[in-house]
Amino acid sequence: MRVYVCVKHVPDTAANIKVVGGSGFDESVKFIVNPYDEYAIGEASQLVKKEGGEVVIVTLGKASAMTTVRAALAIGGDRGILIKTDKQFVESDETALILKKAIEDDGGADMIFAGKQAADSEGMQTCYRLAANLGMPVATEVVGFSYAGGKVVVEREIGGGEREVIEMTAPCVVGATKGLNEVRYPKLPDIMKAKKKPVNEIDAGSLKVDAAGLVELVALEQVPERSNAKMLEGSVTEAVDTLVKLLRDEAKVLE
Amino acid sequence: MARIGVLIETNENSVKPANFGVLTAARGAGNEICAFVLEGDATAFQDDLKTYGVSKVIAVGSNDGDFSKKPDLQAASLVAAMKNFEITALLALSSSRGKDLLARMAAATNSGLGLDCIGVDLEAGTCVKTYFAGKTEATLKLSGDLFLCAIRPNAIEETEAPCDIAAEAFTADAADDGKLVIKEVKTSDSGKVDLSEANVIVTGGRPIGSKDNFSILEECANAMGGAVGASRVAVDSGFASHAMQVGQTGKIVSPKLYIGCGLSGSVQHFAGMKTSKVIVAINNDKDAPIFTKCDYGIVGDLFEVVPALTAALKK
Repeated sequence: MRVYVCVKHVPDTAANIKVVGGSGFDESVKFIVNPYDEYAIGEASQLVKKEGGEVVIVTLGKASAMTTVRAALAIGGDRGILIKTDKQFVESDETALILKKAIEDDGGADMIFAGKQAADSEGMQTCYRLAANLGMPVATEVVGFSYAGGKVVVEREIGGGEREVIEMTAPCVVGATKGLNEVRYPKLPDIMKAKKKPVNEIDAGSLKVDAAGLVELVALEQVPERSNAKMLEGSVTEAVDTLVKLLRDEAKVLE
Repeated sequence: MARIGVLIETNENSVKPANFGVLTAARGAGNEICAFVLEGDATAFQDDLKTYGVSKVIAVGSNDGDFSKKPDLQAASLVAAMKNFEITALLALSSSRGKDLLARMAAATNSGLGLDCIGVDLEAGTCVKTYFAGKTEATLKLSGDLFLCAIRPNAIEETEAPCDIAAEAFTADAADDGKLVIKEVKTSDSGKVDLSEANVIVTGGRPIGSKDNFSILEECANAMGGAVGASRVAVDSGFASHAMQVGQTGKIVSPKLYIGCGLSGSVQHFAGMKTSKVIVAINNDKDAPIFTKCDYGIVGDLFEVVPALTAALKK
């Protein structure tokens, strides 16, 4: 089977983000494979190991996203497709149309995995839009996956300690999150091998998709950290008594 | 003044309190609110909803049968209901179910969608959400067939606005393709408060040391009617389940009160709780970064401070 994993090139989650020009940011920070996508790559690799076939990494990003395609191929994957654009934030509607076109041009999917969201723009909707474009069922926030005889069974956490067990027909789109599998950190030989795997580079413009532009980023603003914490001194009893009093009377968050 | 739809999350025959902030956001400066429920009889929810300015509650069903196990049919039925009641903006709670349904609606129509939003301006057609896990906030302008926006639980303070309410049922003309069905809902920790909807959260980091030691956090949380969370390290060390993880790869929470016990205060953890109203830190390391970005701090051993806090709360 041919399994696609959609992977995004995002700033390291530990990086300091500095807003530049009202709706952009200083991109001279370290970029990584979107953390949720690592679970997607792991699950796709396990599926292909069992069922046979190939794992194809698909990334829409700037030319510099090649490092992320290689990093993804080191975690798992046989070849890559880098769809080049000049924007870091491509809205989900356009992203989903571009991914659909690239996947179809490449031969079409038997399964598609992705992370449940990008760690930068946190849109959480590309999986849904991609699935709708392809006429496939979709489930995200997936923490359990199995495949047998053309049927996919996933589990998704829905809060309060509950999990939904969902059955879908394949092909389908699965949005992965933490808990789906243990991320396998690539070893040096994996990284060396990944450098030699074929990566097809195409320009997003050449796919000629016509997106409606449903979401426009109007402004991006820095969120200041809190400062001047009140440190409560004295014995443990004194400190907690003061805390409870402050939470009731000053902060008014307790009754 | 506009007519705004709100998808209400119900729990058997009651309205989850987390919806009230969403209703307050939808009301804005005096919009007419239509509430939509996907289970039960609309009249059962009237009393809860009229307090928050809902003038009509509509129980949505489909003519393709029971849709409780078919999220795509629920979404298609809601799309039909929007058309029937001439609603172009729908808000919902940004819970797992709320996000999922709105995303299905957005994908099935041609609609702009904002999930996990912390603010909304219905007149301007914009919503505000975090980018980069709380380090920045983005204002998004949405366009398309419907304006769809899910609001992070507790992000908007609820205010009452009592009014008269009417209830009705609506049966949508919609069909399911049978490609996706919910087979069952497994309950692992029954009766626990959903972390993302809790008003108070007490979280343990690595120093908690074991699964059993979480009981001191539970006692403290129980004294405030709250829930217990865990840091990534505590989860990865096997002290707590992933469902309890707060942070970038766990739950995003926004309680009124967040008490971090033995947390260093990593960027990734703050990503999950930064919008809490009040943050308290308890850590025996006076140089822990969390003390530079909390509201109240106590330097001390969590095994002494937390039980003392529980006792003080019970006084």
